[in-house]
Amino acid sequence: MRNFALGALMLGAMALPAAADYTIMAPANPGGGWDQTARTMQEVMQAEGISPTVQVVNVPGAGGTIGLAQFASQNAGNPDALIVGGYVMVGAILTNASPVTLADVTPIARLTGEYEAIVVPASSPIQTIEDLVAALKADPGAVSWGGGSAGGTDHIAVGLIAKAAGVDPTKINYIAFSGGGEALAAILGAQVTAGVSSLGEFQAQVEAGTLRLLAVSSAERIPGVEAPTLKEAGLDVVLQNWRMVAAAPGLSDEQKAKVSADIEKLVKSKGWQDQLAQKGWADTYLSGPEFDAQLQADIAATAAVLKDIGLVK
Amino acid sequence: MSSFDFLMQGLGAALDPMLLLYALIGVTLGTMVGVLPGIGPALTVALLLPVTYGLDPAGSLIMFAGIYYGGMYGGSTTSILLNTPGESASIVTALEGNKMARRGRGGPALATAAIGSFVAGLIATLLLAFLAPHVVKLALVFGPRDYFALMVLAFVTVSAAFGDSTLRGLTSLFVGLALACIGIDQLTGQARLAWGVPDLLDGIEVTTLAVAMFAVGEALAIAGNHAGTDDEVIAVKGSVWMNRSDWKRSWVPWLRGTFIGFPIGSMPAGGADIASFLSYSTERKLAKSPGKEEFGHGAIEGVAGPEAANNAAAAGTLVPLLTLGLPTTATAAIMLAGFQQFGLQPGPLLFATNPGLVWSLIASLLIANLMLLVLNLPLIGLWVKLLSIPRPWLYAGILMFATLGTIGANPSAFELGLLLVFGIMGYAMRLFGYPIAPVVVGLILGPMAEQQLRRALSISQGDWTTLFQSGVSATLLALSAIALLLPLVLRAIGRGKALSQFGGDED
Repeated sequence: MRNFALGALMLGAMALPAAADYTIMAPANPGGGWDQTARTMQEVMQAEGISPTVQVVNVPGAGGTIGLAQFASQNAGNPDALIVGGYVMVGAILTNASPVTLADVTPIARLTGEYEAIVVPASSPIQTIEDLVAALKADPGAVSWGGGSAGGTDHIAVGLIAKAAGVDPTKINYIAFSGGGEALAAILGAQVTAGVSSLGEFQAQVEAGTLRLLAVSSAERIPGVEAPTLKEAGLDVVLQNWRMVAAAPGLSDEQKAKVSADIEKLVKSKGWQDQLAQKGWADTYLSGPEFDAQLQADIAATAAVLKDIGLVK
Repeated sequence: MSSFDFLMQGLGAALDPMLLLYALIGVTLGTMVGVLPGIGPALTVALLLPVTYGLDPAGSLIMFAGIYYGGMYGGSTTSILLNTPGESASIVTALEGNKMARRGRGGPALATAAIGSFVAGLIATLLLAFLAPHVVKLALVFGPRDYFALMVLAFVTVSAAFGDSTLRGLTSLFVGLALACIGIDQLTGQARLAWGVPDLLDGIEVTTLAVAMFAVGEALAIAGNHAGTDDEVIAVKGSVWMNRSDWKRSWVPWLRGTFIGFPIGSMPAGGADIASFLSYSTERKLAKSPGKEEFGHGAIEGVAGPEAANNAAAAGTLVPLLTLGLPTTATAAIMLAGFQQFGLQPGPLLFATNPGLVWSLIASLLIANLMLLVLNLPLIGLWVKLLSIPRPWLYAGILMFATLGTIGANPSAFELGLLLVFGIMGYAMRLFGYPIAPVVVGLILGPMAEQQLRRALSISQGDWTTLFQSGVSATLLALSAIALLLPLVLRAIGRGKALSQFGGDED
């Protein structure tokens, strides 16, 4: 029995290290994009000596808004608290009519980004993005799109494509799956007409020839990716699923400057760049007033799209 | 080189004493964190993954495999001893396992879980090694309508397996289904029954409900029933080890569980929980005397089968992960992150481009599996001594661990409130003789069935006949209809008495 108690104590000590410099909240379950971002930050910050001990806390739920609410209410003025978020959170705040928004925290910087890709199974008769758009125009309901959760980046991408093609966005037949993985299985099994998710989710399958990549959502062609942009296909859609880091509300200017400097040190480090290359994340580092302006623009654009799709009234 | 040569080479490399030590450390850490109730394998792996950084690839791979299996097994230990399942897949283990433990048979229950996990892990890992590319093709055939049919089969067989009173069982099931409606609807992103409470937007956490119903509810029931001596906890009765009859009654369920678990785990939307439910209802249907009478009061078959199915499904999860790069569970997603730091990029080309690393991973899984058995069999004697703690202390400890686990998994005061509310609900249901398990089953299977049905109908643009147009779903639905109607027919021709013996008070 003594061993057991000792073990429990040790576990307690392991789970809650006493002195941590930064505590990063990942407002999602372990394993997802935000969790991976937070854990990569943890690893690199420790390895590069930016912060000796970094803790990651997962507070999952509702597109990150649960974590955001908890973070904003519990950490006011705490310069050691960080939270990871991103485009999906912007959408979730709107669809859930969350009382706590990104205005209640201190956004620091955009860190990474992934472009969206539109694919069909290799067996599909659809060969190009033009074929897909033609099918969509002929009968919007007959084209089923598989992607991640409702109201997320993938859903927004389909709404934007429909709108750009002159199809009523409320008519799209979007089949939401709980994640890119489950959606991928449905796409590979040709259960849906087309698939939408971040490029990284599909890349291995495209290389293996089991999926056909029709288009990507970047402004310019992506080096090493043999697919046109949506713009080239005449659809005025540019969309990136970006991830960001924010600090607690109520920081003084000096405190904010210190956090910003640490984050800049992080993204400039070799360790971080290596991790980005390994995970296939683009470096979209943007901070200061430029980031604040971009964030406001993204929030406004997302609100407009979600209204068009009919997810926000 | 053939697959077999690769495997032998991997095994040879893994037998280095230093690597075995890493495996042992991994299994120990994994078991220790895994025994915390409410902390499932996903969180265990996430918490401990950083421990493996900084070792060489072979060392971190094998330690990682150890953590994974250790975390899985740790969950069943608490389910059996304390009735606090750490993840949805060990809920069924708690049903019969905890009953066994309270009758002084905790030792054999833990042993059959450990050996069953080992046997299933061994067979499933070998199946993974040799059949993965073929199995995955089959798994992709399953579309939303086929998953829906599979859920229907699970519903029908599971609810039939619960209790004497169909009405009470169904009442409990519908309570679970109602709870399952809470939260953001996956397909439209709209909130249902959340009453404006942000914490409810993501629905009710399965482990919170299970721990509350099983552990907190029971602690309350024990406290409320102060004079009751009928429910005495006996720490050890007879041998701590499995006797001849235990072996005889365990080995077939182990194998059956493995062959139910592996294919279902391989399906991208399958999962260990469905596998363990189906295994439980299968064992309950097929059990012969004395197991048949013991079901609901601690039948060893009901631990052996689901535990094997659970572990085989976990190995099955690696099929889509390794062959498609598809993480289908939270644990698999973290494993994917783990693989990436070893330079493994799972995907359709992995087996072709990186055979060395794949085979050392598979060899590591086999070694970790063996190590788990080596570590845990001697510990069983120690674990069951937990039950000889005086009852007030034991249940106080269970309450503490239940709370700790809930906070560990989801640090919020609201979650603790839910734990308490559901605990009281579990107590009330016990008091009035309603079975507990169907509530949890409804919460797990309800949303899956609903989403798959709606996806299927959305794809077919509202045409219901789509459900019968695929061979897989038509077959599964036909099986469900037989499972539903056969007992009614049998009862009508006067064999009702024999049937009601399947039932019993199972909670």
